[in-house]
Amino acid sequence: MYQIDCPHCGPRAQSEFTFDRPVEAIVPPDAAAADALQALYTRTNPMGVDDEVWRHTYGCRAWLVLTRDRVSHAIDAVRALGPEALS
Amino acid sequence: MSGPSRAPDGRENIRFTFDGKEYLARPGDTLAAALLANGVGLVARSFKYHRPRGIMAAGVEEPNALVTVGLGGRAEPNTRATDVFVHDGLIARSQNRWPSLSSDAGAVFGLAAKALPAGFYYKTFFGPAKLWLKYEALIRRAAGMGDAPTKADPDSFAQRSAFCDTLVVGSGPAGLQAALTAAEAGDSVILVEQDAALGGSLLVDPDPALGADWIAQTIARLRELGARILLRTTAAGYWDHNFVTLAERLAEPGAVPSHGFAQRLWHVRAGRVVLATGVIERPVPFTANDRPGVMLSRAVRAYVRRFGVVPGQRVVIATNNDDAYLTAQALREVGAEVVAILDARTQADVPAGFPVHFDARPVAAVGTLHHLTGVTALVGGRTVAFKADLLAVSGGFTPVVHLHSQAGGKLDWNEAAQAFVPGAIAQVCTSVGEVIAPLPAPAVVPAGSPKKSFVDFQNDVSLADIDLAWQEGYRSVEHMKRYTTLGMATDQGKLGNLVALQRVAQEQGVTVPQAGLTTFRPPYTPVTMGLLGGPGARNAGAHVRRIALHDRHDALGPTWQPAGYWFRPRAYPQPGETLGAAALREARAVRGAAGLCDVSTLGKFEVSGPDAAALLEIACATRVANLKPGRGRYTVMLREDGLLMDDGTVWRLGDNRYLLTSSTGGADRMAQHLSYIRQVLRPQMRVSVVNVQEHYAGLALAGPRSSGIIAALTGASAPAHMGVVAAVIAGVPVWVLAASYSGERAFEIHGEATAMGPVWDALLAAVKAAGGSTYGLDAMDLLRIEKGHVVIGAEADGRRGPYDLGLHKMLNPAGGFVGAAGLTRPALTAAGRHRLVGVEAIDGAPIAEGAMLVAREGAKVEGHVTAAGRHVLGEGGIALALLADGPDRLGAEFLATSPTRGMHTRVRVVSPHFYDPAGERYRD
Repeated sequence: MYQIDCPHCGPRAQSEFTFDRPVEAIVPPDAAAADALQALYTRTNPMGVDDEVWRHTYGCRAWLVLTRDRVSHAIDAVRALGPEALS
Repeated sequence: MSGPSRAPDGRENIRFTFDGKEYLARPGDTLAAALLANGVGLVARSFKYHRPRGIMAAGVEEPNALVTVGLGGRAEPNTRATDVFVHDGLIARSQNRWPSLSSDAGAVFGLAAKALPAGFYYKTFFGPAKLWLKYEALIRRAAGMGDAPTKADPDSFAQRSAFCDTLVVGSGPAGLQAALTAAEAGDSVILVEQDAALGGSLLVDPDPALGADWIAQTIARLRELGARILLRTTAAGYWDHNFVTLAERLAEPGAVPSHGFAQRLWHVRAGRVVLATGVIERPVPFTANDRPGVMLSRAVRAYVRRFGVVPGQRVVIATNNDDAYLTAQALREVGAEVVAILDARTQADVPAGFPVHFDARPVAAVGTLHHLTGVTALVGGRTVAFKADLLAVSGGFTPVVHLHSQAGGKLDWNEAAQAFVPGAIAQVCTSVGEVIAPLPAPAVVPAGSPKKSFVDFQNDVSLADIDLAWQEGYRSVEHMKRYTTLGMATDQGKLGNLVALQRVAQEQGVTVPQAGLTTFRPPYTPVTMGLLGGPGARNAGAHVRRIALHDRHDALGPTWQPAGYWFRPRAYPQPGETLGAAALREARAVRGAAGLCDVSTLGKFEVSGPDAAALLEIACATRVANLKPGRGRYTVMLREDGLLMDDGTVWRLGDNRYLLTSSTGGADRMAQHLSYIRQVLRPQMRVSVVNVQEHYAGLALAGPRSSGIIAALTGASAPAHMGVVAAVIAGVPVWVLAASYSGERAFEIHGEATAMGPVWDALLAAVKAAGGSTYGLDAMDLLRIEKGHVVIGAEADGRRGPYDLGLHKMLNPAGGFVGAAGLTRPALTAAGRHRLVGVEAIDGAPIAEGAMLVAREGAKVEGHVTAAGRHVLGEGGIALALLADGPDRLGAEFLATSPTRGMHTRVRVVSPHFYDPAGERYRD
């Protein structure tokens, strides 16, 4: 079980979080259909580090981006997503 | 006297039974020690060949002495006799034998060992099926371990989370020292020990350099520094990010817990983990190396030194290392005779005074059912026979790298010790003590018959099985493992896996690391299922959500129906009324007068702010922005792939304020979806989305008399169909939404959940006065089927798009909503898709839900019934169905066949709108 350092709540157990998708599969609702389908169905799925969208579902419910190594399971960075992250 | 024994010293005050016979034990005895003390040599029968087995080890690695302890639901099968501390009244039984341990009919399988080689099952599968059926019955009865208890476990299991700076696994000298060092440096420390006593190897081999009191002093100092010390606790699993699960025994297996819980599962997050897990001694392969009386050398020493048991009087020791000489010393101290030490090495610097034979290997152990009588050996090429009642064996030492390996650590090969030792590891984890420095022990070529030289005792895997797997082409150790079942028993091959790997390496002419190693998986030792379930095992895991008006419904005696996390009234049967009759009566009340139903569990979201409509136009696939204040509409929400996620209604309560409802079952998913849209897709929008599912309780009032009831209770005319007004009923502010699910003029009344009691009371009184009734889920289903309204989960089953359910005409032509791109996929509108239709029984018979639609019996399935009902006011079965190209086949006839329900009904394809297709009944 990972320990994920939520930028809002601090380090918490993985069981409080849910994985949603890799960042590359975020599809803006106004994207051209071909681009949207490309993002949805053709993912690079790298062996190694990738940026992933997670949600602290059973905590603050905020959305996060984890930079996670899919081989070693090391989490290099966690950043907030959503209105809080807008500068 | 021969065989194991112990001279009584007056402390034998614990009574226990084994196979019905009563024995005495000393405090601190393991069941294995107590059995040996009482001269019991035969303890078990082996899994496959029913070979007689005794006690081989003194720790959790014991492969042979598996027993069932405890009675009834508390019975724990396959418990290692070496891992149970005897308690007064302990009841232990042997396993896998009939009629008794001494005269076991299954032993015939041992004689037939030739017929049951590795891969026997796989080969048999290729034979005629009839043959397999014959074998199966026989094998299932004969091959086995203890019986699973048939009664519920009466014990409770606890779970607890903890964190610490340093977690130390193992309390031998290295573990204790590591814990002490960490604690003195100011770390918070958890020290776990699977044994009932701290000290590890010091309990058997005291270290004069440390002094006799070192353990006690260290424990006292650790306690003083606030360290948490957990005895009888196994670090069972080592997971990501230094997360370690511990299984703590609060009561011995089979015992009645004295403090409420039988075991406790710990979830520990450690800053650093120190593994002082030690080593497990390897057996030596030779003929009948599994007999009672063949015991690991260190186990012999443990029984002598820790438990005062002398496992044999005339002892032969077979070794390839120096450690076994300490066992010889220990045996001599208690007066046992060391007949011979067979040292496989050609020379070594060993203690003087023992009958040592170099270049000597055991060939065979001989004995009776219960005890050993002799050993034959190859000494310098000559065969020599020894009389002995104990053969102590040491084939070297296998470091317990399980946790290190589970944690993702690499393993290095130590050639001198013939062992894998902990290598590089990414987690913050270090191994200390003997686990990183096993004693040198060279590889030895076995001298006995491979067929009877066991390497996996618990699964009866011999060297011959390993050879056979190699001959038959199994090159990978992972394949060899699965073919022979090596290491797949409850001990996971702790004892002999490495001996088998050495064999594979020898056969392939490679080194052991080149031959490969199978994966170490948690748990380290078996874990009781109840422990993992914890409190949740008694239904405490799934919470129950009660609707706000639960008690008011309950007073009416409904049949409750689980719906998601909720319980909802399914129907309110009158005395003597069946559920079906009640549902029909309730549905007819709605069609004829008025009905009242609780819809509080609907998903509800309040969306407000300048960008509220814009956000809703992303979530909903229909238009929202053109809704006028005070109006609402039916809407659908799509997944990104264009398939239906949910449906509901959207209402414009004010200029920038909307209420979105969605299905009960999908409410949590919808909350997540809206949050994703709001926070991830459109963080810059000025809009707030609040989940008000439980804030509002909702009541549905339906039927031709409903608008009159609303007018009377609110003092104003009821809103027109799909209109919404704020009103006050029984003094409670509510929203009145004119929406219909039933097909009648209908309303939903939503108000603050805690305040809705008087609203319910007022509506119920009015409904009754109008000749109506409460109605539940079953009546609601009858009504909506007749109206042709789809349900998420039934018609929208996760494979349907809007086109399939006839909803495509309501989609927002401007696009821009979630799923718009997915909808462009050609397959979603291709010919042959299963689309929504109604079906009507030709002869009026009932239609089975889930029935398949076929042209005739045996023909290909062209669709299925998603929801079956009947005409509410009239007679005859009707249903909604998904049928290939359904809307193009109105009038076609099919057989709706359900072999599982034994219902086969001729049906005709019709429009799904059975009732009031023009929608005239929505209006007053």
